[in-house]
Amino acid sequence: MEPIKQIRSKTVVMPNDDIDTDQIIPARYLTTTTKDGLGKNLFNDWRYDRNGKERADFVLTRPENRGAQILVGGHNFGCGSSREHAPWALLDFGIRAVVSTEIADIFRSNSLKNGLVPIVVDDDTHRWLLANPGAEVTVDVASATLVLPARRVPFPIDKFSRYCLMNGIDQLGFLLEQDAAINRYEQAHA
Amino acid sequence: MSAQSLFEKVWAQHIVAPETDDTPAVLYVDLHLIHEVTSPQAFDLLRSRGIKVRRPDRCLATLDHSTPTVPMKSIKDLEIVSEPAAAKQVRQMEKNCKDFGIELRGFESRERGIVHVIGPELGASQPGMTIVCGDSHTSTHGAVGALAFGIGTTEVGHVLATQCLLQRKPKTLAINVDGKLAPGVTAKDVILRVIGEIGVGGGTGHVIEYRGSAIRAMSMEERMTVCNMSIEAGARAGMIAPDDTTYQYLAGRPLAPQGAAWDAAVKRWRSLPSDAGARFDREINIDVSTLAPMVTFGTNPGMVMPIDHEVPRGDDPSFRKALAYMQVEAGKPLLGKPVDVVFIGSCTNGRLSDLRMAAGLLRGRHVADRVRLLVVPGSHEVKRQAEAEGLDEIVRAAGGEWREPGCSMCIAMNGDKVASGQLSVSTSNRNFEGRQGSGARTVLASPLTAAAAAIKGAIADPRELMG
Repeated sequence: MEPIKQIRSKTVVMPNDDIDTDQIIPARYLTTTTKDGLGKNLFNDWRYDRNGKERADFVLTRPENRGAQILVGGHNFGCGSSREHAPWALLDFGIRAVVSTEIADIFRSNSLKNGLVPIVVDDDTHRWLLANPGAEVTVDVASATLVLPARRVPFPIDKFSRYCLMNGIDQLGFLLEQDAAINRYEQAHA
Repeated sequence: MSAQSLFEKVWAQHIVAPETDDTPAVLYVDLHLIHEVTSPQAFDLLRSRGIKVRRPDRCLATLDHSTPTVPMKSIKDLEIVSEPAAAKQVRQMEKNCKDFGIELRGFESRERGIVHVIGPELGASQPGMTIVCGDSHTSTHGAVGALAFGIGTTEVGHVLATQCLLQRKPKTLAINVDGKLAPGVTAKDVILRVIGEIGVGGGTGHVIEYRGSAIRAMSMEERMTVCNMSIEAGARAGMIAPDDTTYQYLAGRPLAPQGAAWDAAVKRWRSLPSDAGARFDREINIDVSTLAPMVTFGTNPGMVMPIDHEVPRGDDPSFRKALAYMQVEAGKPLLGKPVDVVFIGSCTNGRLSDLRMAAGLLRGRHVADRVRLLVVPGSHEVKRQAEAEGLDEIVRAAGGEWREPGCSMCIAMNGDKVASGQLSVSTSNRNFEGRQGSGARTVLASPLTAAAAAIKGAIADPRELMG
């Protein structure tokens, strides 16, 4: 995982509430056994017509939104299935942070393990972001702040996850270092 | 020590290293359930780093999501009946389990089934355990008094490698469900009512404990239906305190403790229920004595209403989009709306009691002309028991299809799917857009309501068909 300290990008806004992981990547694309190439099926059923042609009016692929790295969703983003294919697909497409008023637990956890930054903001900030698609904003991981043109909004992220993001550390290494404690636990509970 | 909840007791008993301001807790996992969809990349991670599976004996692996449900003469036919990618994924799972020394309840096994059906059925899921799986419906196993939750594939790799997870302690939510259910009203209706009450994000960050007289009166299979859909309210886990119903269910199951070990286990399990005075971060009371059968009308499980109500009105664009997708109109009833497909099965409602309920309505009746009814037992054990009771014959005589076990039309990964535009009444857990097939429209309901829809060819109140 590449270290992430700051993401500076315009936003792309998908105002739908409760965007679930089945929309982010439909189950029929989960028969893959790798993590690669899922971006082409990101939001597949909203993005392509029945003939497999990209819809001209789909927000994520409209010319003005190409290259946007920060996705602003409606209320409650990422509910449903535990599929890590959802953050893999978003990252493969080029999204590096998602913003909502609430982010589902498993999606949040999966995102943090892959370098996709989940950002929960208050209703006021959310309304501003929805009303200003394409705004240039900065995600500052070090200070856990979303920097808007006129204000700085702190967002919650636990210290450990932030440390891992900023240093590109994968958490397995930390767990493997717990070997002695795990051995002790297993001996005590055998 | 101050009064503790069921969750707090199980959590505390599994701490390998406590959480600090800087680091999450290291939590020990007693049972790791594995299936073919969310594990391949995790096994690859272990391979690439030269790591072994720490405790293959704590894994319960099976094939359920990508498996076909059409009967096969032999496993050699897999490549013929499956889409190539699905068959490849199944073969990869067989290889991964073999390479890493994990026993697989595969195609040759009499114990194969949906992972959330076979865990309790085999007695592998036990009170007080921590249970995880790369699958959000792992919450099902909370019905036996375990802390059970879904994880992502990276975490599947963590558990394979270390038998542990890094976790921050979640908050607790007590849901007190009281009252006696009326005839025709089931556990599925109860959990749909709960999700309607708190919403699809209402349980985010929380572990639910279901309590109250209605929960105590439920069988284990009914409790599994309730806990299964905790995730649809945003809660990773839902738990129910173990009691005599739990112990009677588990006694004698193949992987449950036996003899003196059983007696010791029950003694230990009896200390698990929340202490009097245990505190929860939130508490909700729900009376189900006047509950009606519930149906969803929108595109998430929180968009739910009593079957005899009219679709509510809403101005919100997401709400209107959902109604447009479902082709339903605000202010109009769902009753009488024509149905194309009825699916009875899944980790929510694919157990013996669910199939009995459906067969009870189907007995001596026939499915309406243009309706396709698919009945998929949750496991081979469920299928064998159902067939011993003649439920398969009832389904076939009614014009329904009786299939091999698997996730089937709940997730539409294996050929069983609803065509674009068709309306399905399904006993599964998610009515998201396209969940049962691209463009498919799903109404979630109980096995009784699903069977009634199959018979009537339209959304119908099962109480009108009950003697």
